[in-house]
Amino acid sequence: MAVLSAPRIVSARAEYEDSHTLARFLATGGNEALRKALTMHPEAVGAEVDAASLLGRGGAGFPAGRKWSMLRKSAISYLVVNGDESEPATFKDHFLVERDPHQLVEGVTIAAYALQVSQVFIFLRGEFALGLERVQQAVNDAYETGALGNKIFGSNFSLDVVVHPGAGAYICGEETSLIEALEGKRGFPRIKPPFFPAVTGLYGEPTVVNNVETMSNLPWIVLNGGAAFAALGQGRSTGTRLFALAGQVNRPGVYEIEMAKNTFRDLIFDPALGGGLAPGRSVKAIIPGGVSAPWFSPQQLDVPLGQDEVAEQGSMLGSGSVVVLDDSSCVVRAAWRITKFFSRESCGQCTPCREGSGWIERAMYRLEHGGGREEDLELLLDLCDNIAPGLTWPPQQTTICVLGPSIPSSVNSAITMFRDDFLAHVRHGGCPHD
Amino acid sequence: MSHFRVELRQRAEELVALYPRKRSAMLPLLHLVQEQDGYLSEAGIAEVAELTGTSPADVRGTAAFYDMFHLEPVGKYVVGICTNVACLLAGGQELLEHASETLGCAVGATSDDHLFTLEETECLADCDRAPCVQVNHRYVRTTTAPDFDAMIADLREGRLDADVPAHGTLIRVRRSGGLRVSREELAAERASARAEREAREAKG
Repeated sequence: MAVLSAPRIVSARAEYEDSHTLARFLATGGNEALRKALTMHPEAVGAEVDAASLLGRGGAGFPAGRKWSMLRKSAISYLVVNGDESEPATFKDHFLVERDPHQLVEGVTIAAYALQVSQVFIFLRGEFALGLERVQQAVNDAYETGALGNKIFGSNFSLDVVVHPGAGAYICGEETSLIEALEGKRGFPRIKPPFFPAVTGLYGEPTVVNNVETMSNLPWIVLNGGAAFAALGQGRSTGTRLFALAGQVNRPGVYEIEMAKNTFRDLIFDPALGGGLAPGRSVKAIIPGGVSAPWFSPQQLDVPLGQDEVAEQGSMLGSGSVVVLDDSSCVVRAAWRITKFFSRESCGQCTPCREGSGWIERAMYRLEHGGGREEDLELLLDLCDNIAPGLTWPPQQTTICVLGPSIPSSVNSAITMFRDDFLAHVRHGGCPHD
Repeated sequence: MSHFRVELRQRAEELVALYPRKRSAMLPLLHLVQEQDGYLSEAGIAEVAELTGTSPADVRGTAAFYDMFHLEPVGKYVVGICTNVACLLAGGQELLEHASETLGCAVGATSDDHLFTLEETECLADCDRAPCVQVNHRYVRTTTAPDFDAMIADLREGRLDADVPAHGTLIRVRRSGGLRVSREELAAERASARAEREAREAKG
């Protein structure tokens, strides 16, 4: 049975129909955390986040406190919030920006205070038209109520927040690419090192980039203390997390559950969560952590939803997405569509990614649509090996950013787990499901 | 002579003023061009170049990187249907093919009456209501063929005007007045922070 006793840290207010309004925000403890934070020393606020061991909720899972402390030694110029949620089947930031935009703005203001930054940019996907409206409204409300602008709530802290729209490019979720887009350029990821925008970020100045969900956790952490947050979850996976459950389950949706205390089976089958599969159907495969992640088989249903637990099994918790494929689905078709996505979204800077993604997509296309050959399987694995040598997880890096090495995950998983399905496509001269 | 309407020109100038560097307003300004013209017109591109201190070629080259920007005219309604993995499993590909028949245009093309442009999109982050459909970047949440057709009929009759405004993802986004930190003040704060940092680093 799933463990559902943990507090709702980021999704409690969303229960209300009018959760996005200022009135509901203020009626449900809005700005209490910000007022408290402003009475604390900025470094004490940072210490609470450190104590919480809050792992970044964007995908890489880097500890937010450490990201900040790398910078505390040097003054930071900008805080940039990454709301460019584009990893396929990930929709938890979409939920947060539409359902609780004030919580995001409060969290951002707390982070800016802890970092002593006076300028924040909230970068949201351009496709989030409603999200852009609501976050901008929350920012407007905050200015009007003294929660933003000059001398917030009478303190000596001043802050300006700008809501910035993206324009449709998966790669802009990569933080250096996001910074390029924010500078008004094509979203090309920057060459590393430096590995973190902390060193050279926006306009060449030290910059912190944090995810929307990461920021949304801060009001609760400030009010309840980092230790209370760290008491939830297990090991490195502290607190709760939003999981975006999609695919062939009865109740797809965004669920906030305690980290590492629940398994994939709990998430998919618990009546209060995924509610199981359609009658007579069984799990064929699970895509954890976004389409960049290696797939899981039904044997891994009892793996806990924790950062290290999933990593030990050779995949990643990533963006908090979980996609279920049932036994009626075509895994070749699913893997082909994922490679088509990467091929479309490759920025083209690096040869392995630019050339490899298209080559893999074409081979996968002919397997799915007719014309595939048995030797294509070895060709595909060889191509994957060229992009991420050794096909290990985490992958070897041959490119500027991690988009390239993410391409082999689905193809390698599908071929390794379901070779017979591929051979059936070859024999059938196309998809047997059509 | 501004190509932007008076109101849009004013919003454009306000956007530019929000950023430490003018070029940062590039993407928002291009969204404003689409709000007025539906696509990135030559005159609109030239005006963005002027506002950002760049050249039209630079603006066009930047815009071409991003899926939401149209370098050719599009229909009044841009219908986007996702076929990425969660939507694929829920019949997104079939819905896209159905939409192509209903609208009478190929994927990527515009209907003869210039009312609809049909696009196959990547994930739109609404996967619990798959397959996902957006019209002018508003989620319309019609997941079946009959619902889709009814939605299109509603669009034709103007019954969805309140839910689906015209082009421009910022069409209903307004930064209101109220307290704002002056740009000069922020610059001064950053400069003093930088000086402090450099002094500390020099000390070792």
